[in-house]
Amino acid sequence: MTAGNAKPYRSRNKNEIARRAAADIPEGWYVNLGIGLPTLVADHIPPDREVVLHSENGILGMGPVPTAEEVDPWLINAGKENVTLVEGASLFHHADSFAMIRGGHLDLCVLGAYEVAQNGDLANWTTSFNDRVPAVGGAMDLSVGARNVWVMTSHTTKDGQPKLVERCNYPLTASSAVTRIYTDLAVLDVSPTGFLVIDMVEGLTREMLQGLTAAPLRYA
Amino acid sequence: MIDKQVKDIAEALSGIANGASVLVGGFGAVGQPNALLDALGDSGLTDLTVIANNAGFEPDIGLGRLIGKGCVRKMICSFPRGSSTFDAAYKAGRIELEVVPQGTLAERIRAGGAGVPAFYTPAAVGTQLAEGRETRVIDGREYLLEYALTADIALVEAWRADRWGNLTYRGSGRNFNPIMAMAGRLTIVQAQHIVPLGAIRPDDVVTQGLFVNRVVHVPGGDPPVSRVATAEGGAK
Repeated sequence: MTAGNAKPYRSRNKNEIARRAAADIPEGWYVNLGIGLPTLVADHIPPDREVVLHSENGILGMGPVPTAEEVDPWLINAGKENVTLVEGASLFHHADSFAMIRGGHLDLCVLGAYEVAQNGDLANWTTSFNDRVPAVGGAMDLSVGARNVWVMTSHTTKDGQPKLVERCNYPLTASSAVTRIYTDLAVLDVSPTGFLVIDMVEGLTREMLQGLTAAPLRYA
Repeated sequence: MIDKQVKDIAEALSGIANGASVLVGGFGAVGQPNALLDALGDSGLTDLTVIANNAGFEPDIGLGRLIGKGCVRKMICSFPRGSSTFDAAYKAGRIELEVVPQGTLAERIRAGGAGVPAFYTPAAVGTQLAEGRETRVIDGREYLLEYALTADIALVEAWRADRWGNLTYRGSGRNFNPIMAMAGRLTIVQAQHIVPLGAIRPDDVVTQGLFVNRVVHVPGGDPPVSRVATAEGGAK
């Protein structure tokens, strides 16, 4: 191979990862989408499928981004962005909101990650054990509370370091929490025996994917 | 006659001492008792412990201003990001920080208001926030012991209030406000609208007046708009 050779595969872009994840959310699920990349999933849920979106600051039944005419300045999501409500929506305080989360009433939360270990350990809140200003938000509650915890992430860091690992190096958000991972290259389940590849992008070989993953892969 | 409405912000805040603990409602720019916080920041009080989700946003408004004026010795919060006054005070060693997962923070406040001194939660088990702390295995799962939070003062923003202190909230302005109203020994409310007793239907009261001590009318207007959809799709 010479430098500059095109890769034999094309990575999924952010919206394609979101669409792939959205396709797997069944009708009737109550879902919390984390700040950042996971928020995109909302745009890709098929319109004929009723999925109820939760925001931890106290909304069940979030709708799309408002137009300038329909914006309500009193209505924001956990990412502090203006949102709308769908018919059937409800509003509540933080303790009730986290009772929904911690009490196991949400079917799914989708989170970002710095690292995921093959046993489902999640590291997504800080990259340092000596963080100067640690800030955790709701990630620890969400990752222990929702019935399913999916991660949406790039398969490797910008520097090409694997984010799917045998053991997390970064401080943990939760132990054995993640159930499924959607990356720009593949979809993987966290199984009792480690990462299990459900599908991967066209043109990518098993050897290439293993080379970008720091834990053994098995295939469904 | 019960009348919890006070004439102005100075009266609403009277009697707060140096070293007081203060619960501050709000999430993002919505439901923040900014008029009370601005006045508290100008009061010259020191050594306050503030319990809030964030550590302020704008340096000259609300909690950001209170911290910038040097009134706060300790913050208990879940996400102290985006506050230049907090960052500066923390870097200079002038302010202490206790980081608490957001749901644990909410439940500690709820428990405080409900007379429950402590509880076990699965959040933060196995993380550095649980190091050296008491855990217990219940039905095969490990939980972390968390203590309730109450405070000398709770500062709340409501949408409507009557003279008994019954409150409603608007949109996502509810956030921490109802549980903080319950956990404050002196609960002070700034309300956008004061309405006659009975105007809030019994079905609609969110915070009952017995949790509230003082109400001041602050028609502060709408929070800033953060994001709207563009005609081309997407948002700005």
